[in-house]
Amino acid sequence: MNRHLSSTELAPSRRGFLIASSAAGLLFSFAGAPEASAASAGFEPTIWYGIDRDGTVTVHVIRAEMGQHVGTAIARIVAEELEVDWAKVKIDHVDSDPKWGLMVTGGSWSVWQSFPLYSQAGAAGRMALVEEGARLMGVPASGCAARGGVVSGGGKSISYGDIVAKGELKRSYTPEELAKMVIKPAAERRLIGKPAHARDIPAKTNGTAHYGLDAVVDGMVYARPKLPPTRNDSTVVSIDDSAAKAVPGYIRSIALDDPSANVPGWVMVYATSFPAANKAADLVKVTWTSGPGAKVSEADLQARAAALLADPKAGSLAVEDKGVDAAFAGAKTTLTATYTTSTALHFQMEPINALAFEKDGMFEIHTGNQWQSLVLPWLSKALGRPEDKIVLRTYLLGGGFGRRLNGDYAVGAALASKAIGGKPVKMVCTRADDSRFDSPRSASTQIVKMAFGPSGKPIAMDHAACAGWPTQAMAPFFMPKGANGVLYDPFAINGANHWYSVGAQRVRAVGNDLANATFRPGWLRSVGPGWTNWALESFMDEAAHSVGKDPVAFRLSLLDGAGRNSGAADGPTARGGATRQHAVVARLAKEVGWGKKLPANTGLGMATSFGQERDMPTWTACAARVHVDPASGKVKVEKLTLVVDAGTIVSPDGAKAQVEGAALWGMSLALFEGTEFQDGQVRDTNLSSYTPLRMADVPEIEVIFVESTEPPVGLGEPATTVVGPAIGNAIFAASGARVRDLPIRPKAVLAALKGAPAKTVAKKKI
Amino acid sequence: MAAFQLNGRQVSPTSADDTPLLWVIRDEIGLKGSKFGCGIGACGACTVHVNGKAVRSCITPLKSVAGAEVTTIEGLDPGGNHPLQKAWIEAQTPQCGYCQSGQIMQAAALLKAKPHPTDADIDAAMNGNLCRCMAYVRIKKAIKLAAGEGAKA
Repeated sequence: MNRHLSSTELAPSRRGFLIASSAAGLLFSFAGAPEASAASAGFEPTIWYGIDRDGTVTVHVIRAEMGQHVGTAIARIVAEELEVDWAKVKIDHVDSDPKWGLMVTGGSWSVWQSFPLYSQAGAAGRMALVEEGARLMGVPASGCAARGGVVSGGGKSISYGDIVAKGELKRSYTPEELAKMVIKPAAERRLIGKPAHARDIPAKTNGTAHYGLDAVVDGMVYARPKLPPTRNDSTVVSIDDSAAKAVPGYIRSIALDDPSANVPGWVMVYATSFPAANKAADLVKVTWTSGPGAKVSEADLQARAAALLADPKAGSLAVEDKGVDAAFAGAKTTLTATYTTSTALHFQMEPINALAFEKDGMFEIHTGNQWQSLVLPWLSKALGRPEDKIVLRTYLLGGGFGRRLNGDYAVGAALASKAIGGKPVKMVCTRADDSRFDSPRSASTQIVKMAFGPSGKPIAMDHAACAGWPTQAMAPFFMPKGANGVLYDPFAINGANHWYSVGAQRVRAVGNDLANATFRPGWLRSVGPGWTNWALESFMDEAAHSVGKDPVAFRLSLLDGAGRNSGAADGPTARGGATRQHAVVARLAKEVGWGKKLPANTGLGMATSFGQERDMPTWTACAARVHVDPASGKVKVEKLTLVVDAGTIVSPDGAKAQVEGAALWGMSLALFEGTEFQDGQVRDTNLSSYTPLRMADVPEIEVIFVESTEPPVGLGEPATTVVGPAIGNAIFAASGARVRDLPIRPKAVLAALKGAPAKTVAKKKI
Repeated sequence: MAAFQLNGRQVSPTSADDTPLLWVIRDEIGLKGSKFGCGIGACGACTVHVNGKAVRSCITPLKSVAGAEVTTIEGLDPGGNHPLQKAWIEAQTPQCGYCQSGQIMQAAALLKAKPHPTDADIDAAMNGNLCRCMAYVRIKKAIKLAAGEGAKA
């Protein structure tokens, strides 16, 4: 449902665009921003980018830097159209401020949403500079052109810096003019799609990169929270800190009072250093009354999901075509399969932390965060002060992966400071604290059904998915209504609304109420498609085999771009629709030599995805070549091949890095990562038992981008969603073992090898 | 009181003897390049050199480095131009970057011991360093680049 989100995000582009000289330089602002006061104040960031009198361009980036080099990508989009020398461009990751509009970094949206806006803004700036430069030179603007930060024409030239210093710019563009701004044809681009080193990288090689954990302020004390037995609804009964008093540097322990209910039951343990706070927290004894989830186990969560799915009235109908039930009733054969995934942790390397204090009437929170606009209202409620008296200072993120979309930790730090009169408090969680307080990826259960006609052609499909819903827990205002009028979490079901033409389709999203009561489900890299595509693409393989067709040929026959899969109803980015998914699958098959003979116990499996959302499709196909040891059930991934059509690639090397990382995330979630709830808490809280993929596990990886001039789309997540099912399908190809649960453990492979028939056969209708 | 050499400079921190070296370096001395990840020596983000060997500073008590020579990412090369640092930029290795100080320190110890490591050597030496962005392909590539440069020099 990014239409909802992006309409807010892109609101500034509908407000027109002003360009004006100021004492300090040239301002580019969207109408409605107080440009006059900005000018008098020098260089207030009421602007999206500006040019100094020496021609330096500063691009203000509202997106968090968490490894995607997003500042470099966005600044190059501006610089391309502004026609400025890349060496003269600076990147500024801004602090929170209402003037930026919605601040969120997630959903693989950043470049997709920024591209039109920043391209047009850059082009508008160039046109204004050319007009004013021509006037200053006394030549007609029609004979002038800009290149490298210089306007030339009539045998003369003038730099942007000189235009800013000597000119009197005052130019405005209406929203319509801005929207009509002609963007360069792809062939004329000099920055977009060309190799460039990311600006954030050098500091990340010499220890100078500054993360939230590195933030300090004079006079701060440290604190570590003592976490309650349940994530939700715990309350503190009593605190006994007598043992902690023996720790040198221990200050005190305070039960936090949180009207925003983000950190219920937290006791903050203060000390003069983190090691002291850490040690003291271990010694503080707290008695709580726990919330309702105190006894919940992973099996309870799955059992609840199964019960909910068994009730056809439960949940929301995200897709509901006419005739689904009739098609199943009249089908020659049908196939049904159930898929599950277990709870998974974000485990970003930098444990959650924040520095908070009150200064000059403002509450400052220094921390890395992905969704400032979500946490500010929480902070406002928690602290009892208006949002405009709170600022989030921006830092690099030691990993995001969706964990820092949920800024609950910032609330804990802010309340820790408030509780001692606004003095500076640096709250640091240990790794185990971080894991226990994570908003993990919920366990999921899915039932997928297909009805086939006489020739084995699909005539209907029904996909029901049950999981904890992060958006319900944290951002319910983003929940649309299904066909039956029931609200649903779009991010928890995306992916099931696929581009295959399968006849009448039903997609049912069911929130696991027990999960939401027990913990706070989180958005984890690729969110819903991380589990929906596991089910969908495993199922498409099973469906193909059940009707005696090759899995690639079967998929290609269904990716026909007909009807709703033409892309016509899904916005300009979806141009081409399923024909583009067809193309990446066909290309992949060719690249990997699909159908060729492989050594014993070795198999090739494939899976495909449109990425995160239908109106921002990142057409992706992946093949995994695996070896299965029939004695142990151990799976070794030998090679991953990915073909991606992401439209225009802004930063080729950065794009490749994102796909490499996303693919390995997918592999890690498929084979190495998974925890389970025990007594309302995640079982695995550190690397002694939570075991993400390491260097020695890395297979050969080949990433191929389809050349395209279509709009750019997101790359941080789609590759995550295809690797798991590609591996599952490869295991089947190698051994005949069909696995339907993530993560895939050797034991499950062995059990499938022994128990299951080599091939699934579509059942005759009973 | 455990005095030691940090990046060639004598330091005499006042933290308690059992304080993990990581927090002494980060919070008492103020060098923030070494990172806190797991606290149990299992992720490698806190890796520094003690007398030339890669160690996990999060589980190294201050008293154990008395009189030792400790090197952090800030002291690996005065200008940040160690062959590994240059290779890290050339290969565009870091994503979020949080683990990379530790990765580079671990790799530096590897290259010192084995200037021309095989793939298996690299896997063995680097497997204890978690990169959550999974930038492993480029970490390995950069180590090979740096090893190649060392060979040419």
